[in-house]
Amino acid sequence: MIYLDHNATTPVRPEVLAAMYPYFSQHMGNPSSVHAAGRASRKGLDEARRHVAHLLEVHYSQVIFTSGGTEANNLAIFGVAGKKNPNSHPGHVVYSAIEHPSVGQCCALLKERGLEVTCVGVDSLGRVNPLEVQAALRPETILVCVMQANNETGVIQPIKQIAMVCKEAGIPLLVDTVQSVGKIPVNFMELGASMISVSAHKIGGPKGVGALILDKHLALNPLHIGGGHERGRRSGTENVPGIVGFGHAAQLIQDELSVESARLLQLRIRLESTLKAFFPELIIFGEETSRLPNTTALGIPGLDGEAMVMNLDLAGFAVSAGSACSSGKLTPSHVLHAMGVTDELARSCIRISLGWNTTATDIDAVIEAIRQTIYRLRCLASPVALAV
Amino acid sequence: MNLPIYMDYQATTPVDPRVMELMTPWFSTKYGNPSSRSHPFGWEADQAVENARAQVAALIGADPREIVFTSGATESNNLAIQGIARFYKERGNHIITAVTEHKAVLDTCRYLESEEGFQVTWLPVDSKGRLDLAQLEAAITEQTILVSIMAANNEIGVIQPIREIGALCRRRNVFFHCDAAQGVGKIPMDVEEMNIDLLSISGHKIYGPKGIGALYVRRKPRVRLKPVLFGGGHERGMRSGTLPTPLLVGFGAACAIAKEEMVAENQRILALRQRMTHGLLNRLTHVEINGDLEHRLAGNLNISFAYVEGESMMMAIKDVAVSSGSACTSASLEPSYVLRALGVNEEMAHTSIRFGLGRFTTEEEVDFVIETVVQAVEKLRDMSPLWEMAQSGVDMQSVQWDAH
Repeated sequence: MIYLDHNATTPVRPEVLAAMYPYFSQHMGNPSSVHAAGRASRKGLDEARRHVAHLLEVHYSQVIFTSGGTEANNLAIFGVAGKKNPNSHPGHVVYSAIEHPSVGQCCALLKERGLEVTCVGVDSLGRVNPLEVQAALRPETILVCVMQANNETGVIQPIKQIAMVCKEAGIPLLVDTVQSVGKIPVNFMELGASMISVSAHKIGGPKGVGALILDKHLALNPLHIGGGHERGRRSGTENVPGIVGFGHAAQLIQDELSVESARLLQLRIRLESTLKAFFPELIIFGEETSRLPNTTALGIPGLDGEAMVMNLDLAGFAVSAGSACSSGKLTPSHVLHAMGVTDELARSCIRISLGWNTTATDIDAVIEAIRQTIYRLRCLASPVALAV
Repeated sequence: MNLPIYMDYQATTPVDPRVMELMTPWFSTKYGNPSSRSHPFGWEADQAVENARAQVAALIGADPREIVFTSGATESNNLAIQGIARFYKERGNHIITAVTEHKAVLDTCRYLESEEGFQVTWLPVDSKGRLDLAQLEAAITEQTILVSIMAANNEIGVIQPIREIGALCRRRNVFFHCDAAQGVGKIPMDVEEMNIDLLSISGHKIYGPKGIGALYVRRKPRVRLKPVLFGGGHERGMRSGTLPTPLLVGFGAACAIAKEEMVAENQRILALRQRMTHGLLNRLTHVEINGDLEHRLAGNLNISFAYVEGESMMMAIKDVAVSSGSACTSASLEPSYVLRALGVNEEMAHTSIRFGLGRFTTEEEVDFVIETVVQAVEKLRDMSPLWEMAQSGVDMQSVQWDAH
């Protein structure tokens, strides 16, 4: 079975698992304990924090470890929205239509709490327009949320321009970088964000760990209270082995990103150009704009994406018909919908996402499998074609 | 015997090698996202998640559908208390808890009190650390929506009358949340028999991994919650976020082992604790055991050594990993709020040491610790002018100290 669903989750890299291993049963103390067992654990935690900080070019005190990307996004949004507002207005939040549910749903929920929200759309290539963000800002706006790269299409957003708009207006900007970290360079300062969220299991680290990176001047209302861990911003005994794995994965990315990024891009180009040569009618969502080097969202007019995915599964390839969170749902992707893609075309979509263990051989094999599957499904759809 | 000796099993426990073995393949080999519906990587992960859910449920007599996975007991406590308070705020605004609860419960209640208009009753405990049921019943009002009481205390191991509290809450139609981070896997916990509506569990206190826990949420009669984490709708909408399969597999395995071995393990650990208690009490005077000895976790011994300062003691027995308070607050110099709630005076609270015994504690280790502690106490007392005064018959309580 060849795994081509790295945007859903990635296998833990063997080096990362090796780094984590001693922290389960050997250096197993509670990092809050003052004895040697606790200090050994604390040391692993501190080092990991430095590795993550180093990768994103921030000070280690800006790293809040969480249980994953979803918690990081929740903490950012409710953390800012939960702060007492100096003016009497409950506040206003701007977010894009293509956000991950952990951002989109949280923003939508703020309405229940009396805040106002504006959802900014995207163009047909899946890009947020910084001018539209600017136009949506109000005096009472307390937060803007735009992801750096979309999980379904890989389309990269003009974050620097959006950040400039936000900075001018003095409004904090949350950038969900769960899909971009490890695939393209992410530098907190350069990006201009006030907060970014990261997930370990998307970068060859373990599930159950993530981080929110925070501007030094930004204060948050915590979600999980009691114990005062993470400088009072996230209580709960730290998942030390997981955090150590996260740190190690970050360190590996630091060393390998430019080479790995180029390698993945080559593989993706090979995949896309070969398939397009076979099927000129194939649609690659967001093709004419910059995308993550590992992500291809294909639309195959007239075919059913779910059927494609099932057939590819039988052929030994794991791909997805959308994001993992929403897979299994029958509603077409909110991301493609926002791009103005028809429901019919959206239903034909499959997502192929490459990662650290993807090889050129895998790509050639999946190209062949997709080719055969498309032929077969088309023959099933119109048996007449066979006779002709 | 390897040094240092770990005797801090209430702070955290090592992952059991059997648990480790079962977890390992789920990191790098069977690594699918359990929410992926389109390929076998996802399916096998989902199956592992459901298997783990059943294992956790079996340990506490619950239905697997009543288990919500979280990142740990702190999150479980937050989800239970914030979740109930916000969902049922129209029904009432009063919460009852006790002063010896874990910080995750106390601080969450305090937050609701100061920020969201709830009223909290903080029940006291007696000198043994036990709650008075009559006092609890008297505290319940028309406005009460939740009672949150821990199964066993993290510092002194004292077990609360959970069954009686559950019956009382059921009778008075109030939700009962039980923080059982220290109880599950150590003492029999059954949510049906005990009438518990919400129960917090931690993975790393029962030889499973850190970063995983669960909240039991009763289905019949149905208990509803306002979630804390949103987006994705995992865990029936009660807790969003990708489920960490390896940690769940480990947590499930730890629960299965606990269910199987709890009774025998408890007997063994209790015998070790008694050996330790007698060893220390036979050789040292002016020693106080904090908390009820009858209603207590087998693996907990909390002792104050008069005329010995807790921090010096920890230094003097540095081959033994113990805690001088709850791990969460042990880096601070404040005396333990739990011991203070029992009426232990400030000096005695400062001289307290928590010995936490567990699955891998041996008789040899216990004997070594007795010897080390006795020597350390004797040495520190030899250096203490207060000890000298006490020995020469000065009543320390009557001494009038001069301020300089």
